[in-house]
Amino acid sequence: MVEAKRLIDDKGKRLDGRKWNELRPISLQVGVMKNADGSAYIEWGKNKIMAAVYGPKEVHPKHQVLPDRALLRCRYHMAPFSVDERKNPAPSRREIEISKVIREALEPAVIVEDYPRTAIEVWVEVLQSDGGSRCAGITAASLALADAGINMRDLVVGCSCGLIEDEVVSDLDDTEDKEGNGDMPVAIMPNLGQVTLLQVDGIYTREQFQKAFELAIEKGKEIYGMQRQALTERFFGGEAKSSQVEEAAE
Amino acid sequence: MSMKKNYVVETIRKAQMVQLLAGGKRMDERALDQPRPLKIETGLIQKANGSARVTLGNTQVIAGVKIATGIPFPDTPDKGLLVVNAEILPMASPYAEPGPPSEEAIELARVVDRGIRESEMVDLTKLCLIPGKSVVTVFVDCNVMNVDGNLFDATSYAVVAALGTSKMKKYLVKEDKIESTEEWVPVPVERTPVSVTLARIGDKLVVDPSTEEEAAMDMRITITTDDGGNICATQKGEASTISPAQVLQAVDTSIRVGKEIRVQIKEATK
Repeated sequence: MVEAKRLIDDKGKRLDGRKWNELRPISLQVGVMKNADGSAYIEWGKNKIMAAVYGPKEVHPKHQVLPDRALLRCRYHMAPFSVDERKNPAPSRREIEISKVIREALEPAVIVEDYPRTAIEVWVEVLQSDGGSRCAGITAASLALADAGINMRDLVVGCSCGLIEDEVVSDLDDTEDKEGNGDMPVAIMPNLGQVTLLQVDGIYTREQFQKAFELAIEKGKEIYGMQRQALTERFFGGEAKSSQVEEAAE
Repeated sequence: MSMKKNYVVETIRKAQMVQLLAGGKRMDERALDQPRPLKIETGLIQKANGSARVTLGNTQVIAGVKIATGIPFPDTPDKGLLVVNAEILPMASPYAEPGPPSEEAIELARVVDRGIRESEMVDLTKLCLIPGKSVVTVFVDCNVMNVDGNLFDATSYAVVAALGTSKMKKYLVKEDKIESTEEWVPVPVERTPVSVTLARIGDKLVVDPSTEEEAAMDMRITITTDDGGNICATQKGEASTISPAQVLQAVDTSIRVGKEIRVQIKEATK
């Protein structure tokens, strides 16, 4: 397929000037909402996403109560103004599927057994969307869960890799996602070395698949450092270094 | 449809399965990487442009294709429309209900659609009549008739078989008008994507899980590959984790098993 505009030039530079394995700028803030038990705000490229957590709280309707663990609820929603053409505010099939995979990506990290007969609600609102919004949403949501003081095995961090012009690249933006050859969102629990979300589209050879998958894990670990820094700033003030967190943990 | 309805019975069954799997055996005596018997019948609905009934073990899905003309999406003015949808009928299981599609049914339809779309099975550029104005629209609707696990693969095979045997009217463009002729032509099918789903029970991956196995699994992964052994779509499911090594193991199994199933699908659609 001949592309009208090249997504990656002969020097390996992408449209926004990044190299194949570079991330877009990411900023994270924890504890930004007053009412929520926990919250986090992420800007990742043009993504602007707010995640808020309520709970553990009473389960309504009551027949959904789980006797041995918490019910984790998750809604990924895009604001009507978050995309080029106004999006109908009713949840689309895409959003329903993404809500499901985000829940399944977060639940392994949450020690749901610690909160029987309760609900933990995770609301992810995409205020402005760019490529990789589900990964950004997961990254923010796991911080919001931590901010809410929910017991967790690990943080969860998402990063998407993919193919543009048949080359493996990290962290696709909107244009690269739409015009590229494939997208592979991956979420991991970095300390436990486990994958909690994996979706793939595009046509990958076996080698490309492995390269993109391993790159997503590597980049996820990089973003995990930023998550820790954001939590440090939340609980130990802006000046604190993550070494202080380790001390505090000990 | 994973159905965890009877906790005690399922916990006992799971323990039994894990024990059997340690010795490389399954409850129904299949090998770990062996799918259930697959039966594909095509052309059963005369009013559809193409149709297929797939029976995978006791799971049964009917897919029907309806083709018409319509307006392309604004971002793909030179491509036809291909939409795959799936519904789990209330008759398909004692646990299925009528009403708006469940989260599960939506995921099923979207994962199957992704495999077909991303593999570029149908050359959508050949379905363009007047760029930006008129294209051929292909709707594939799937009815899950009976649930016995692994709806993802059964539905995907039904779609591939139905599309592979579909015929559409030949359309002519005359002075910006679309004219339908009486001549029937095949849908431009270029590839045969094959979806292979693996479930993890204990620490073992098994291909093509039955309902009984789905109740005991903690993780599911669906991988679609094309004729060249490329990976076109993947979806990990269930609230559990998978190690990177196990992902790659699943990919290799899916490529290998997919090859054998592709032969069966091609045989049924030739």
